[in-house]
Amino acid sequence: MRDAFIKSLSELAKTDPRIMLITGDLGFGVLNDFAKNYPKQFLNAGVAEQNMTGLATGLAMEGRVVFTYSIANFPVMRCLEQIRNDVCYHNANVKIISIGGGFSYGPLGISHHATEDISIMRAMPGMTTVVPGDLWEAAESAKALINTEGACYLRLDKSHAPRTEDKEKEFIIGKARCLVEGKDLTLISSGGILEVTLEAAKQLNKKGISCRVISMHTLNPLDEEAILSAAKETGGIITVEEQTVQGGLGGAVAEVCLEKGSYPKAFYRIGIRSTKTSLAGTQTYLRKAHNMDENAIVSHAVSLIEKKLQLTS
Amino acid sequence: MDIKHLAKKIRLHTLQMTSQAGSSHVGSVFSMADIIAVLYGATLKKDPNNPKWADRDRFILSKGHATSGLYAALAECGFFSVEKLNTFYQDGSSLLGHISHKGVPGVEVSSGSLGHGLPIGTGMAYGAKLDQQNHKVFVLMSDGECDEGSNWEAILFAAHHKLDNLIAIVDYNKIQSLDQVSNTLGLEPFADKWKSFGWEVLEVDGHNLEELHTAFSNLPRKPNLPTCIIAHTVKGKGVSFMENTVLWHYRSPQGEEYASAVRELESQL
Repeated sequence: MRDAFIKSLSELAKTDPRIMLITGDLGFGVLNDFAKNYPKQFLNAGVAEQNMTGLATGLAMEGRVVFTYSIANFPVMRCLEQIRNDVCYHNANVKIISIGGGFSYGPLGISHHATEDISIMRAMPGMTTVVPGDLWEAAESAKALINTEGACYLRLDKSHAPRTEDKEKEFIIGKARCLVEGKDLTLISSGGILEVTLEAAKQLNKKGISCRVISMHTLNPLDEEAILSAAKETGGIITVEEQTVQGGLGGAVAEVCLEKGSYPKAFYRIGIRSTKTSLAGTQTYLRKAHNMDENAIVSHAVSLIEKKLQLTS
Repeated sequence: MDIKHLAKKIRLHTLQMTSQAGSSHVGSVFSMADIIAVLYGATLKKDPNNPKWADRDRFILSKGHATSGLYAALAECGFFSVEKLNTFYQDGSSLLGHISHKGVPGVEVSSGSLGHGLPIGTGMAYGAKLDQQNHKVFVLMSDGECDEGSNWEAILFAAHHKLDNLIAIVDYNKIQSLDQVSNTLGLEPFADKWKSFGWEVLEVDGHNLEELHTAFSNLPRKPNLPTCIIAHTVKGKGVSFMENTVLWHYRSPQGEEYASAVRELESQL
């Protein structure tokens, strides 16, 4: 995802001199070409995320579209107040890029697990929050963010999910993508865990459960229509995200359903529920350890369908 | 513009605003009042009729709690009406208790949480260099604010990138929120710290208008080096019973204290 995004950004930087990319001293081997080809549009701010974010705000105030770039929580939590007071309050054209969402850097330990960023960033005032689900969405998001005024957050992870290009070939911020149609249940997914979600849907189809799969690549603004249709038409929703269940995608979906009075008969949030994240492991291992792998999605879907049937009968 | 008169007006407006609002930070405004008067009365390239004029100098009040002093200067300079100052702190007003740019012409950056102004100013200065613009970026900081690590990140950055269009002014009144700076987190040897980080440093009497004017008129002092002007000031300067006290960081001037402060300021030339 990271490479797809940087490639896309590089192409845009060629013709748009407003674009600047500032890294917090990370991106070994990934940003070299950008730095070489666009030296005036690239900056390494050093290991200093607070200054990086304030600096980006100042540059944005002078007319630039600034991308800050770092790993996991570093460009988010270390400088959260700069994001809130400087970027958001001034409606500065700063796009915060976090690579390594969720358990992408699993073996590196909790400092490198971005597991609360979605709920934190979607709570920031006016923060457009984008969490692409595959390589195509990641690549398309570069242009979409540049065309979106003000503060934006982009969470990329390391997954190599295959391209699931849209039929219309258009990626629209705030517009969810329905990748698989279904009538019994809807799986709403954010981020690279989309590939796991799609696999689970296939398994469920084999069991005779027709699953709709939605990539909710934007958390703010949220595609309420897609959520309400899912609740109404399929009667059951499972949200899937690689972050804690508090306040992320699951929370956002529940808020919409309750407020709009469109209650799915069955609802479950797949996400991190346990605080036991002290184990080393690959992304795949940790997803399984936290009950958010393919099998976990399938088993929750099966029990949700049973619950739905009980309520219907 | 008569700088001395402007300094006096800044202090008088601040007394009136904070008294009416029941708000704090009079001492913090009084220590920087002469600095603000020189900047807005003489130094800064500005156009009150076109606050976003591209060639203007940028000024950031990083010690955002001293906001009433800057609002007063902006009103006196014609960025908005002096009458608007009466709305300070009131329900529905855009003149907030910590500086805010929304709906307030002339305010470049909103602050309030300390340690934000210098990084933003650094970005503005870097942008001006990229665009080969000649304007300068001034950031006024408090001494207590220098406790914040974010400033030292920006200080490193500005020197590394040779931002000689960036000027940090420290209102060094030696008193922070609860106590003397030296009893809290001592900054000395303060000038040496900035120097060792690669800045050109100048120490001035922050209440000597001529000295301030000379310092602000000869910038950068050395090519390729950002400048730090350490202004030695007195907290509460201008009203005898407010000077050098922690109390007047917080206390709001009311009743006889207010009247007596106004009398003392009015009696000054």
